[in-house]
Amino acid sequence: MIWQSAIDFFSFKDPNVVYVLAGIIFINSSSALVGTFAYLRKRSLLADAVSHALLPGICLGFLFAGEKNMPALITGAFITGWISIYLIDLIVRKSRIKQDAAIAMVIAFFFAIGIVLLTYIQKHGNGNQAGLDHFLFGQAAAISKNDVWLFAVVFVVILLAVLLLYKNLVILSFNPDFAQSVGIPVRFIEFFLTSLTVLAIAIGIQALGVILISALIITPTATARMWTHHLKKMIVIAILISVFSGIAGAFVSYTRAQMPTGPWVVVILSFITFVSVVMAPKGLLRKFIVRRKNENKINDENILKTIFELKGFSEKEKMLVFSTVELTEKRLFDTKKLDAGLRRLIRRNLIQHKGNEFELTTTGKKEAARIIKLHRLWEQYLLKRTSIDTDHVHSGAEAIEHIITPEIEKELEKELGIEGIPEDDY
Amino acid sequence: MNDIFIILTAVLVAINCALLGTFLLLRKMAMLGDAVSHAVLPGIVVAYFFAGDKGSVFILAGATVAGLAATFLIDFFSRRIRIQNDAAIGITYTLLFAVGMILIAVLMQGNADIDQECVLYGDIALINFDKILIDDNLYIGPRAMYVELVAGIIVVSSLVIGFKGFKLISFNEDFAKSVGIKTSRWHYFLMALVTLTTVVSFEVVGAILVVGFLVIPPASAFLITRKLIPMLVISALTGIVSVVSGYFLALWLDVSITGMMVVMAGILFAFCFIISQLRSHKTLAGTGFEQKTQEI
Repeated sequence: MIWQSAIDFFSFKDPNVVYVLAGIIFINSSSALVGTFAYLRKRSLLADAVSHALLPGICLGFLFAGEKNMPALITGAFITGWISIYLIDLIVRKSRIKQDAAIAMVIAFFFAIGIVLLTYIQKHGNGNQAGLDHFLFGQAAAISKNDVWLFAVVFVVILLAVLLLYKNLVILSFNPDFAQSVGIPVRFIEFFLTSLTVLAIAIGIQALGVILISALIITPTATARMWTHHLKKMIVIAILISVFSGIAGAFVSYTRAQMPTGPWVVVILSFITFVSVVMAPKGLLRKFIVRRKNENKINDENILKTIFELKGFSEKEKMLVFSTVELTEKRLFDTKKLDAGLRRLIRRNLIQHKGNEFELTTTGKKEAARIIKLHRLWEQYLLKRTSIDTDHVHSGAEAIEHIITPEIEKELEKELGIEGIPEDDY
Repeated sequence: MNDIFIILTAVLVAINCALLGTFLLLRKMAMLGDAVSHAVLPGIVVAYFFAGDKGSVFILAGATVAGLAATFLIDFFSRRIRIQNDAAIGITYTLLFAVGMILIAVLMQGNADIDQECVLYGDIALINFDKILIDDNLYIGPRAMYVELVAGIIVVSSLVIGFKGFKLISFNEDFAKSVGIKTSRWHYFLMALVTLTTVVSFEVVGAILVVGFLVIPPASAFLITRKLIPMLVISALTGIVSVVSGYFLALWLDVSITGMMVVMAGILFAFCFIISQLRSHKTLAGTGFEQKTQEI
């Protein structure tokens, strides 16, 4: 059954499906485009304020036009959206109230006006108001052919504006002071960019509603940011993520009639965010792997070092044999970690089995000697260059010996004037 | 008589929100309050589905869990993943709100008690349908009023007992940390109180408009005074004035009562804002002090 509806959905037999999909593609691309710059300028929540502030504008547009006339509604929304941004700016500039409080106030105030107007229209209206409350929660299914044309025009305007002003927008987003100093008309471009944002939100509320539309502005960009540092790639990824979730959300609500589109779009979008949190290049998974690798390296090197401390290399052949008990006596190893470490060392051919005990191989001996050398080099360095006491240099060296690279090793040797000592003498 | 109960209930909502909102504002966490008020929705829906009763403690528990989950999630996004703090707030509350709406669609089909509209702006005019009767005929007021009263007692007593802690984390968190106060514990305590207030106010004023009660009166008070206790008193008073005036205006215009209350709060703020502008021009003009205070 789900396959049947999938086929129905993607074969576009139903013209409504085409309108809804086209509408969602235009809406999501527009909001992802402007959202990128909003995010870079740390103004994500301003979008939140604007989206709530559009509600009274829509009601006023309706009262003015007397019917659900899309251009009138969007004009009204555009005006109140702008007023909300102006008010936030005014409050922050002229009083001690901080931006987040100003945003929260404006959200609640404009939303309250919207609710008051909405109830006024419902009680005094002439019956044309049906569907006006779609703007509260959004109803993607209500997107009509004319709406799609309007959305397409807005999308093209935003796309052209971003393409033409790209360089200026980038400078403005990353360094507004520099933009000002090189003579870019900062105030005008800011005004323009904000207008585009308001416009993108205005067309989006029909599909997602005033509350969830801010997700389309904020989430795709924040997610794309995890995958790349490159601005152009970031914009493309944000648009792709957003459009994909839009189509997927529309599909879910197509297969289950009672499912609302907007919330599903947001949930799918957030799901992608969570996946990115784990999988992205700097995500949790990668961090976890790197940390595990480091922990293992430190553990293995400590084992090798302990073998050396245990036996010394003075009596060459015989002394290289050791047992786990001896190791634990010398240094307090966690049994599990010790076993895992020994297994890894065998795999790397640094030690080998000898009956019940273990034996250091030739390469293992070299490796152990290298670590001890690094340890002692650092101890010497601390003694020579700092005022740290003899009994305290050990703990510092214990940590640093694992991360000294061959280059630093050379530098240390030069610094201490012990270059060129043959390996066997350590 | 019904008028009085509605006004009393709304006044209690206003006082609870104004007191907690003052601390939120001072901690520069107004948007966190906004996020929590949206995010309690899935908790409320799930608890309502299982308990099947609007007045149940389950709802309180479910919503508190959701609210605290939102706080944790925002913390996680902004500290561990290094997403900008305000973007983290936006991502979290839209997600939880969307989940709540889907749950309403799935679990609450054809259920009149909990629907999308009441989530957004509550219905204070209907609270009188849910009455508390003693001996089947002595009417002592709507249930919502008593719920608010209990919440108010909890909020006020917590604030009185923990006043020193809340004051410290509001004005100088670093200092509080340095003298060994567990600031994060106080933070989550405050957020739990905010969640509690949001939840009990939710059926009266709705999930979004409660933000207006939380933020706007304290902001007005913030413009008038710099001392904490006067600020708490003034913000409670502005809350009460906006509630009462909003109620009668709404009756007169025949529009949403809660909406009008928040609109009145906003208008009161506008008055305070204009007065504070005029005052600062009068007292500081020409002294060169004005520039300095603005920089601070």
